[in-house]
Amino acid sequence: MSVIALDQQTKPARPVKETAEARALRETPPGHWFPYAAPKPRDHDNRDIAFSFRGVSRKFGDKTVLDNIDLDVPAGQFIAVIGKSGCGKSTLLRLLTGLDKPTSGTLTVNKGIEGENRTRIMFQEPRLLPWARIARNVEVGLTGIAKGTEAREKSLAILNDVGLADRAEEWPSVLSGGQRQRVALARALVAHPYILALDEPLGALDALTRIEMQHLLESIWQQQAFTAVLVTHDVAEAVALADRVIVIDQGRIALDLDIPLERPRRHGSPELARLEGKILDTLFGDQE
Amino acid sequence: MKFTAQSILRNGTGWLLPALIILAWEIAARTELISPNVMAAPSAVVEAFWRLLLSGELVRNIGVSTARALSGFVIGGSIGLIFGLANGLSGLSRNLTDTTLQMVRNIPHLALIPLVILWFGIDEEAKLFLVALGVFFPIYVNTLLGIQSVDPQLVEMGRVYGMSRTTLFFRVILPGALPAIFVGLRYALGIMWLTLIVAETIAASSGLGYMAMQAREFLLIDVVVLSILIYALLGKLADSFARLLERLTLQWHPAFQTA
Ligand SMILES: Nc1ncnc2c1ncn2[C@@H]1O[C@H](COP(=O)(O)OP(=O)(O)OP(=O)(O)O)[C@@H](O)[C@H]1O
Ligand SMILES: [Mg+2]
Repeated sequence: MSVIALDQQTKPARPVKETAEARALRETPPGHWFPYAAPKPRDHDNRDIAFSFRGVSRKFGDKTVLDNIDLDVPAGQFIAVIGKSGCGKSTLLRLLTGLDKPTSGTLTVNKGIEGENRTRIMFQEPRLLPWARIARNVEVGLTGIAKGTEAREKSLAILNDVGLADRAEEWPSVLSGGQRQRVALARALVAHPYILALDEPLGALDALTRIEMQHLLESIWQQQAFTAVLVTHDVAEAVALADRVIVIDQGRIALDLDIPLERPRRHGSPELARLEGKILDTLFGDQE
Repeated sequence: MKFTAQSILRNGTGWLLPALIILAWEIAARTELISPNVMAAPSAVVEAFWRLLLSGELVRNIGVSTARALSGFVIGGSIGLIFGLANGLSGLSRNLTDTTLQMVRNIPHLALIPLVILWFGIDEEAKLFLVALGVFFPIYVNTLLGIQSVDPQLVEMGRVYGMSRTTLFFRVILPGALPAIFVGLRYALGIMWLTLIVAETIAASSGLGYMAMQAREFLLIDVVVLSILIYALLGKLADSFARLLERLTLQWHPAFQTA
């Protein structure tokens, strides 16, 4: 296991950021219930770190997409990444999943107990093999891990979890968009990933299917306790699902906000709305 | 499959027009509207078929031609497939050979007949060479195209899930290229018969084309027409076989899904 020494002091000098807890305390009107009753220390606790970025930059030519990113994510956290289109969210995930290499800086990914690479990514498109039946597609997630009947049993079990057990022998082309995305989720989860990166996986779905998928994702995350990194355009989705939201702007982390609200969260609750407004302010505040 | 009245009707309608044409042709030949020196009547063709079948000549010639066609096809097709796969998968191989192959492709292979006769005479090698050369290019071009058009997102997905190069090839790249390879295969089958007809009419001492040329010498127009029809039939047979193969291997493809 690779846990890195965490030294906040070595971070480049930047305006001292108010912690989410302190801010919430300041903003909670007197007499109101303070939701941050037991703030969890984020960086200095003794939980395992799932992955950490240290001064990571990624340039394409002379265009800096990610600029000196520092990020530590504890194991089991559900973190959402928000930012305007083209700000480098997908690039961040590609670095995390090893599809791309940083131009400078170091990136440490904890490989989990088995020491195998169990970092999985779920793309915006399902990316199912059209020539493989649903169960076979899910078994792709077990490449190099399990074979034959063992793989089949595992894939049927996870298909059952996403509610598609009865479609195991069908071709992907006959499924609906939401069902295909659920198969992709099953494929990503079948090997019990340590980290699951999700690149706007629900972006192409209609509003109702989206909410259904959000619930599914949350319940499976609670069961399997992996570290989830969700890239999304939807601020409401981010605050509804995540423990922590980061906003990327101009290559940097412009906001790092904890959402320590109880689950299950109610859509449209005032707490969520307030946090949502805060994120939107960060995103568009500079234009006003 | 169910043979409902509707399906019979649907399959039957396609045969209506050919049947009418044959009928009209027979009437025209009987009434000497078409001179027997220009075209044989369908009944005469059937008669010729029966005669040659009994003498064993027909079966022997069909056998010779089919063997030539298939062996030429196997040789040219496998070389085309190998080059197509190699050039689709490896940039080095593509840089080395693709330009050369594309240049050779622009030579109509039938233009080589005089040269081929000089090299091989009218022996079997001449026909094999021509068929193999004719078949090579459609298979090569379409295999290459098929591999190049495999969805890169799927390949990336395979990599993220840790597929080895062989697994990636057999699970992602080859199945993705298969529809295009089949297009090449069916096209190559057409070229295969075409090349063989030309080669056999020019340089052969057996086979269907030779039979047709002999018949022309003796003005046996019914045998000439018969040879042409048999060529058509063999071509159709080969195509149906390719379609069957396609239907079996591309079940996943929405275009081949029944219901
Ligand atoms: N391979 C590449 N070569 C050159 N530029 C690239 C490459 N990949 C990404 N970029 C650039 O990096 C920037 C960030 O891209 P990225 O895909 O990470 O954005 P994103 O935040 O995911 O956007 P979206 O929300 O629209 O998906 C874009 O300006 C893009 O043009
Ligand atoms: Mg993106």
